[in-house]
Amino acid sequence: MFVIETKGLTKKFGKLTAVNKINLKIEEGEIFGLLGPNGAGKTTTLSMLATLIPPTDGSASVAGHDVRRQASKVRQNIGFVFQDPSSDDLLTGRENLYLHAMMYGVDMKNINRKMDDVLKLVDLTDRQHDRMRGYSGGMRRRLELARGLLHDPKVLFLDEPTLGLDPQTREHLWSYIKRLSTEKKVTVIITTHYMDEAERLCNRVAIIDHGRIVALDTPNKLKERLGGDVVRLVVKKPNVAALKKLKYVKGVKVSDGAVTLTAKDAGRHLQEILNKAGSVESVESHSPTLNDVFLHLTGSEIREQEGEGGYLERMMHSGNR
Amino acid sequence: MSEIGGLYALWYREFKVFLRERSRLISSLVQPLMWLVIFGTGLGSSIELGASGAGLDYQQFIFPGILCMTVLFGSLFFGLYIIMDKRVDFMKEVLVAPLSRVTIFFGKVLGGATDGTIEIIILMVLGSLFFGIHFTLYSILITIMMVALLMVSIISLGLIIGSMMSSPEGFGLVASFIIFPLFFLSGALFPVKNLPAWLYSFVAVNPVSYTVDAVRSVILGIPSSFGMITDVAVMIGFAVFMIAVGTWSFRRMSV
Repeated sequence: MFVIETKGLTKKFGKLTAVNKINLKIEEGEIFGLLGPNGAGKTTTLSMLATLIPPTDGSASVAGHDVRRQASKVRQNIGFVFQDPSSDDLLTGRENLYLHAMMYGVDMKNINRKMDDVLKLVDLTDRQHDRMRGYSGGMRRRLELARGLLHDPKVLFLDEPTLGLDPQTREHLWSYIKRLSTEKKVTVIITTHYMDEAERLCNRVAIIDHGRIVALDTPNKLKERLGGDVVRLVVKKPNVAALKKLKYVKGVKVSDGAVTLTAKDAGRHLQEILNKAGSVESVESHSPTLNDVFLHLTGSEIREQEGEGGYLERMMHSGNR
Repeated sequence: MSEIGGLYALWYREFKVFLRERSRLISSLVQPLMWLVIFGTGLGSSIELGASGAGLDYQQFIFPGILCMTVLFGSLFFGLYIIMDKRVDFMKEVLVAPLSRVTIFFGKVLGGATDGTIEIIILMVLGSLFFGIHFTLYSILITIMMVALLMVSIISLGLIIGSMMSSPEGFGLVASFIIFPLFFLSGALFPVKNLPAWLYSFVAVNPVSYTVDAVRSVILGIPSSFGMITDVAVMIGFAVFMIAVGTWSFRRMSV
């Protein structure tokens, strides 16, 4: 029994196929990452699973309920933390939680205890009576994370949860999210285009490009697939043919005057690689990261840039209603 | 049960925001007071109302019309707030909740109508204190009932426009094309009895005219132009129609 299961899930906007026949099986308590560049179809996939938009084709079930036919049941079982701020600035943090609890029909008897609990979980007890206008981006995210938990959802969707946040706040958020899955057994589905986020947080990762899943596994297994360390050489006239002949070398790629290749035990073979490559100006070797996996699978580097529109920027424009 | 909780939650939010955003309340009162004091005195000093004016001064004559104008502007622009909600993800947070779209629509209408009713009661108090308007229990009740019907209708209209638009500028454009004809052709500023036929026919198809007519009749104690029963019936019909279209537009709204 999977918490989330999709079969051939597809979404088309006119001629554009945003999500193309996605099959997923996600187990309870997993932190599952959807990794890919902006516009790869991550948010669209999430929106379909959360019943915000109907699929064009295929099926999906969340917590045992079909997203098309039992939308309301699905919604009762999920929490969603959106990419953009989704709380009312003029209300206090606690009031925003109260609003959410009422909308989800949280039992009146437990409402105050629940709000205390989640506020404590994200360390916002001290600021709960401040209007959210005065919250920083990180505090706001934490409150929205807490809010997503108020009604004890089985599945929590986090859409780019740390977009535009500083490194320290990101670390904090990651530890809260980890605590959720270990302590509360919540299944967490997270979209991100940050490789480090996926590596640090996720049990399994699906790499999405152009609406398709190109790979799905644990971060470690994905990296092992590359079959070695990544070596990057800056060479004047690279002798690509000679490099390709080496037994332990795989996947030689040339771009922008640099040669990237994967080599088993690169440390031991580095001298030979350097000799064959030509006149090397600089060399760099590292254990593979998800970024290398992505590069290998899609042939293009993931764009480490602000998401669509920019979280903080939009927040500032919407400060006043 | 969560539908009722949700209705309460949405109302709670609108009401809290209304109480906190004082500028909203103040600006909603400044405009009608300027109309009454400046326009009412200025134009009133140089015109005679004739037979249908029944010996009233112009300021008192337009007071009921200005009440309706306040409802009209305040209610229509209430729809602007859902565009603000859509621009951030607040609207998604509401739409992903296990609530029906009908509940969400009514929560909004109820919230807006509460805000508007408070504004109207303040204006009525000011009217009796400074503009020589005498209220009776009957005129208070009928005024509030008619104004509430107009409010619900126009808030629905604002929400319909808001649900279809994605930019505040677009909303403003559509709203100004709607609001000025509704206001100027409602008889808020002039008696409708002696109008030329072409103008009268515009006034007669404007639902707002029927609220102005009824409210003016009960507040000033003058006979109504269309008949009280017609006024009430038209406004109930208008409100039901706008609510129906409003719930439909919310069902098909996407973010």
